[in-house]
Amino acid sequence: MQDAIDESSRVDAAAGRPTSMRVLVIEDDRETAQFLQKSLKESGHAADLAGDGETGLSLAETGVYDVLIVDRMLPKLDGLSVVKTLRTGGVRTPVLILSALGDVDDRVKGLRAGGDDYLTKPYAYTELLARIEALSRRAVPEEQVTKYVVGDLVLDRLSHRVTRGGEPIILQPREYRLLEYLMKNAGQVVTRTMLLENVWDYHFDPQTNVIDVHVSRLRSKIDKNFEKPLLHTVRGAGYMVRDGAG
Amino acid sequence: MTVLDRLGASAWTSTPFRLAALSIAAFLITAAGIVGFLFWQTNNLLTEQVLSGLRAEVQEMRHIEAAAGSASVAEAVKARARPEGPGLYFFADRTGRKRAGNLSRLPPELEGEGGGTFRYERQAGDQRLAVALPVLFPDGTRLLVGRDIEEQRVFANRMRTVFLLGFSLLSVAGLAGGLGAGRLLLNRIDQINAASRSIMAGDLTQRVPLAGSNDELDGLAQNLNMMLDRIEQLMSGLREVSDNIAHDLKTPLSRLRNRAEATLRDGGDCDAYRAGLERIIEEADELIKTFNAMLLVARLEAGALEGSTEAFDLGSLVRDVAEFYEPVSDEQGLELTVDVGDGPEIIANRHLVSQAVANLIDNAIKYGRPDAAGGAGKISVSLRPLNHVVEIIVADRGPGISADDRERALKRFVRLEASRTKPGTGLGLSLVSAVARLHHGTVRLEDNAPGLRAVLVLPLARQGTSA
Repeated sequence: MQDAIDESSRVDAAAGRPTSMRVLVIEDDRETAQFLQKSLKESGHAADLAGDGETGLSLAETGVYDVLIVDRMLPKLDGLSVVKTLRTGGVRTPVLILSALGDVDDRVKGLRAGGDDYLTKPYAYTELLARIEALSRRAVPEEQVTKYVVGDLVLDRLSHRVTRGGEPIILQPREYRLLEYLMKNAGQVVTRTMLLENVWDYHFDPQTNVIDVHVSRLRSKIDKNFEKPLLHTVRGAGYMVRDGAG
Repeated sequence: MTVLDRLGASAWTSTPFRLAALSIAAFLITAAGIVGFLFWQTNNLLTEQVLSGLRAEVQEMRHIEAAAGSASVAEAVKARARPEGPGLYFFADRTGRKRAGNLSRLPPELEGEGGGTFRYERQAGDQRLAVALPVLFPDGTRLLVGRDIEEQRVFANRMRTVFLLGFSLLSVAGLAGGLGAGRLLLNRIDQINAASRSIMAGDLTQRVPLAGSNDELDGLAQNLNMMLDRIEQLMSGLREVSDNIAHDLKTPLSRLRNRAEATLRDGGDCDAYRAGLERIIEEADELIKTFNAMLLVARLEAGALEGSTEAFDLGSLVRDVAEFYEPVSDEQGLELTVDVGDGPEIIANRHLVSQAVANLIDNAIKYGRPDAAGGAGKISVSLRPLNHVVEIIVADRGPGISADDRERALKRFVRLEASRTKPGTGLGLSLVSAVARLHHGTVRLEDNAPGLRAVLVLPLARQGTSA
């Protein structure tokens, strides 16, 4: 476990680069695994590889990892069994399950087995990165955070009130939840699919740029008339709420 | 193998021959049993009659001997023994010499104590069958009392011949009749077989001929023909589906390839390559989306709902989806009106129903813009609960879909021409109709005069049933 992150260090993290993570990739396809290892390293994270379920399980049981990426179909021991065994053994490390099976039912099975998130192959690396970075944050119990602060933007989770520079901002309920999710993951990329799944609980491709329109509406409420934009578009990946342009 | 052998082999393997042979065999065995029993009973009765006659006579002779001695026995034998009569006698003294009787000598078969059948010669060359009982008198003389049973033997022989002849005739006639009837049946089956073979060889348009007799075979042929109709439908459906898939995946694949080739050919600096690669990734993402949509439709077509359904408020689900799309329609200058209250509650797969409703609204936003410039675009979303079903109605004021294309638009993997120029997979309506089918519902496309009115009909939740 990392040191407990308090509110101020969260903002610090948001200002700079995300903290480095130690990731275990349990994936039997060597090329995919090495691509992930290389990409994670370039993103500033360290990744270990395991080629089958048994090796993966024994490595994961050491508990030194911040996030596990587990393929569903593995030799010797399948991915869901690995996750189940880990959870039974009291290992709480966040798990992202990768699978070629993309039905909502498959997803439900994956999450029921103890996975924290589920990603269908083929996926974009940026999507995977955004998701594991969001997962590593889960180590902090959400319920205890009563307030999100990014720059001069404040979201009060108790009164459901949002202010920027002390000025109240009126948001629709869905806009409030959108901003809440973005601020919870402040400093990190949040993809459109993550927003779709977590804010709306929809697990389909809306085909049009619905999410972009929702975000630009929200942006017009929180960034308009302010000199420094907080809600940024990350090209080819998604969105990020962050204090400072750099 | 000779021709005869082959004929024999094919006759033996043919069903009618085997059936005829089997039934004839069963019939013959039963008949032989009955006739044999009758014969045996008759024979027994006749033999018993002869024997009881003999026994009575033996008794009589004993009485004569006891009363008047063996000399009077010899007198009695002389009186009874006529040369050609049925009664046969042989009376011998202690040494075995003949004293009286019409048998010339003691038959060698009866030299011992017991009686039985024997053969004797009445006239030269006239061998006959007889039966006799021996009597040994106390003074050592010996009498044999017999009866000629040659006529019974001849009768029995004739009976046997008649039976054998009858049975052979019966076997031949039965077999021939069975084979003939079987042949008729076999001819019909051969016709069906021949038709099936040419159909298996690939001619799916051929049908099994009907005899018009309305019998079981005609019924079989009719059922086969109906099955063939269904297979032909499925085959053409499959061909259409694979054509559509090929078309929908080939076009973006060749676009992807062209872009890669163009990037490579045009060369340029790092930025040019980067831009090219980014466009290729975009193209690949689109391809993956289309592929996923197809996979989902295919799975829905094949799938069952078990275990994935839950009860939820359809009204609030439809409102949420409409609210989700509201900013987009607003941005497109379309007015989205949602006239949906709470309820009804239905039992269904919530995710799939959300997706179906989303696809309908997405379609309305993409294609619902009026043709005439300046015409106000309006999309209305409403719910209409009926007796056993609930209708989700999404209507727009766009150009609509022509009556001819409406049915096609709901088919699997069909993209109407208009959808190829807009973003998205173009499989939205296919998916809606797959979701409807999975829930035992339907989709209707109607004329909104002007525009399109898409109606998704889902069954209402009933007590105690799930979907």
